[in-house]
Amino acid sequence: MNTDKASALALANFWVAFTAFLAAALLGLYQVAERSGLFPHLESPALYFAAVSTHGVLMGFVLTTFVVMGFGYYTATTSLNQLLWNRSLAWLSFWLALVGVLLAAYALLTGQASVLYTFYPPLRAHPVFYIGAVLLVVGSWIWCLEMIMMMITWKRAHPGQPVPLVMFGNVANAVMWLWASAGVAAEVLFQLIPWSLGLIDTVDVGLARTLFSWTLHAIVYFWLFPAYIALYTLLPKAAGGRLFSDQMGRVSFIMLMVVSVPIGFHHLYMDPFQESGFKLMHMFGTFMVAVPSLLTGFTIIASLEISGRLQGGTGLFGWIGALPWREPLVTAAGLGLLLLAGGGFGGIINASYAMNTLVHNTAWVPGHFHLIFGGTVALLYFGIAYHLWPKLTGRGLRSPRLVLAQLWLWAIGMIVTAAPWHWLGLLGQPRRISSTPYDTPLVAAWQPFETLMVVGAVLLSLSAIMLFYNLVTSQAGGEPTDATIAYAEPVHAVLSLPRPLNSFALWNWILLFWMIAAYGYPIAQFFLLDTYGAFPWNV
Amino acid sequence: MHIDPLERRWIVLTLVLMLAITGVLVGYAIGANVHPPSNVETVDSTQLHLTPEFAEDKLGVTKNPDGTLTVTMVAGRYGFYPQHIEVPVATSVTFRIASADVLHGVHVPLTNLSTMIVPGYVSEVTTSFEKTGEYPVLCNEYCGLGHDHMWSRLTVKANQ
Repeated sequence: MNTDKASALALANFWVAFTAFLAAALLGLYQVAERSGLFPHLESPALYFAAVSTHGVLMGFVLTTFVVMGFGYYTATTSLNQLLWNRSLAWLSFWLALVGVLLAAYALLTGQASVLYTFYPPLRAHPVFYIGAVLLVVGSWIWCLEMIMMMITWKRAHPGQPVPLVMFGNVANAVMWLWASAGVAAEVLFQLIPWSLGLIDTVDVGLARTLFSWTLHAIVYFWLFPAYIALYTLLPKAAGGRLFSDQMGRVSFIMLMVVSVPIGFHHLYMDPFQESGFKLMHMFGTFMVAVPSLLTGFTIIASLEISGRLQGGTGLFGWIGALPWREPLVTAAGLGLLLLAGGGFGGIINASYAMNTLVHNTAWVPGHFHLIFGGTVALLYFGIAYHLWPKLTGRGLRSPRLVLAQLWLWAIGMIVTAAPWHWLGLLGQPRRISSTPYDTPLVAAWQPFETLMVVGAVLLSLSAIMLFYNLVTSQAGGEPTDATIAYAEPVHAVLSLPRPLNSFALWNWILLFWMIAAYGYPIAQFFLLDTYGAFPWNV
Repeated sequence: MHIDPLERRWIVLTLVLMLAITGVLVGYAIGANVHPPSNVETVDSTQLHLTPEFAEDKLGVTKNPDGTLTVTMVAGRYGFYPQHIEVPVATSVTFRIASADVLHGVHVPLTNLSTMIVPGYVSEVTTSFEKTGEYPVLCNEYCGLGHDHMWSRLTVKANQ
């Protein structure tokens, strides 16, 4: 077993992720303060929109991709007891992605890519921004290849045996990401790069948004996968118990892989260029993708209950107090699941077809995704970091109390930030504004919630600095500790599995046909109708 | 595959809940025609001023023979034009809006008037306003550095 090299690779990926996270978190504080109207000398649309664009790219594309890759490389080698499939290629994925980030950062920080992390045309960014994004995605594709090849290699060496659940999850994520990223890749490679370079004059904005929607929902599951995999394969062990059901874990991963891609139109409910029939189809799929999350909720809470009762908890809720909350991953998961309830509920509202009209492009939307991504997913990323750092570095956490304080501060800060944000949306405040110069009594109604959000952002920034501090001091000066990782064991041992729960062939076919049904005509129509393209516009 | 009986019940409950919600949504969509704006119609955003519908002197409120109203507007950095629209209360109004440049979103808070405005396509929303008053018409899709300042006015007046 040669995990040392994967440790270095995983650490490299994680350090890029959490450095990006810290920078982005501080930008977030600036943004909330600027928009609140309480600090007039801070107000500047140019600075604000450059900051929002940078913040979105760093949090949504950099933090996430590098955590996914680091987590994948480490858990793949340790769960399969196998070398990386191709070590040079794995390091190439890291460097390509990093170079991509630096290129995009150049454009963002010089104000030449203030097009937000969704970069909708016909607002045009500097070509270097799009090229940087491509390199980041190509780096992630190499990671996908590594995951798939490692599983294939392992299966050849262990015919008929169940693939370890953590690896099954990584590969489900990899396969899903290859399917999902095709949409934005097509948009960037065939439309945005040639257009920003002046090689083509116009792009069809409807087609661009349709292709982006293909990626836009599934990408949140790309982000979510490491968190869910950790819930199934690391948390039960950290909590001192067992995983309630290995098979239901696989079912959830498969459902996420298949159902998260062909449902992008819930991001286009309010757009003119797609018909209601297709929007209804995607709506149905969107509700189906809630199922694996609800299944995960059951399985993980059941696993925690087993852990709690094994440690002496009795009564209907007594097992909760008996859980080892001092374990960072247990606290991170508990707080994360709490926030998932709120974020999931908001998501159901967003998915509800015509009801989306009430919240579309209002402040409710960033409130929602900060709660579910900035809340649940980020907390679980922190939990993963605190859990894996000792394994990766051989040094224990320097200050366990600061670790727990950081997690609680983040959860509280996120609630104080996201709850008013949702309410602002219900009061009609648009999203993506840097000030509120409207002549309407609504502005006064918004003000107290803006102020509350500044408080929340301060708490979050403190927590972000604490996270970085905890990781630096632990790696530099933690006590030497055992670096062996232990994965959770299921209550019922898995001796054999039916083929569909151990491989992805069937699911790829199902996804292919579903994608043709969900996106075939909606994309083809742009080539059949007489459409008019848009020329580039600067911000 | 072994599924714990309690988990089996949870799965059924989950599926029933999802089917119930989607059933209601589909029911309202098909039965009461409740949809988000989904008009598929192209237009050349670079030539709006030359089209019969969106030429400058054609913008604004027109009364249709059946008593309903049509409001024709252009969205462009940084305003919705005409910048002041007046409509009577409790009357069906169809808004037809096109973009002269980039993506915009139009939203009158606390009403059903909300839609994306996409260059190359005509957006159409039909609604009615139940309360008289002055309403702000806000842009809610990032359209450039002046996005904050993109708004106009809607007055809903009592019927004569």
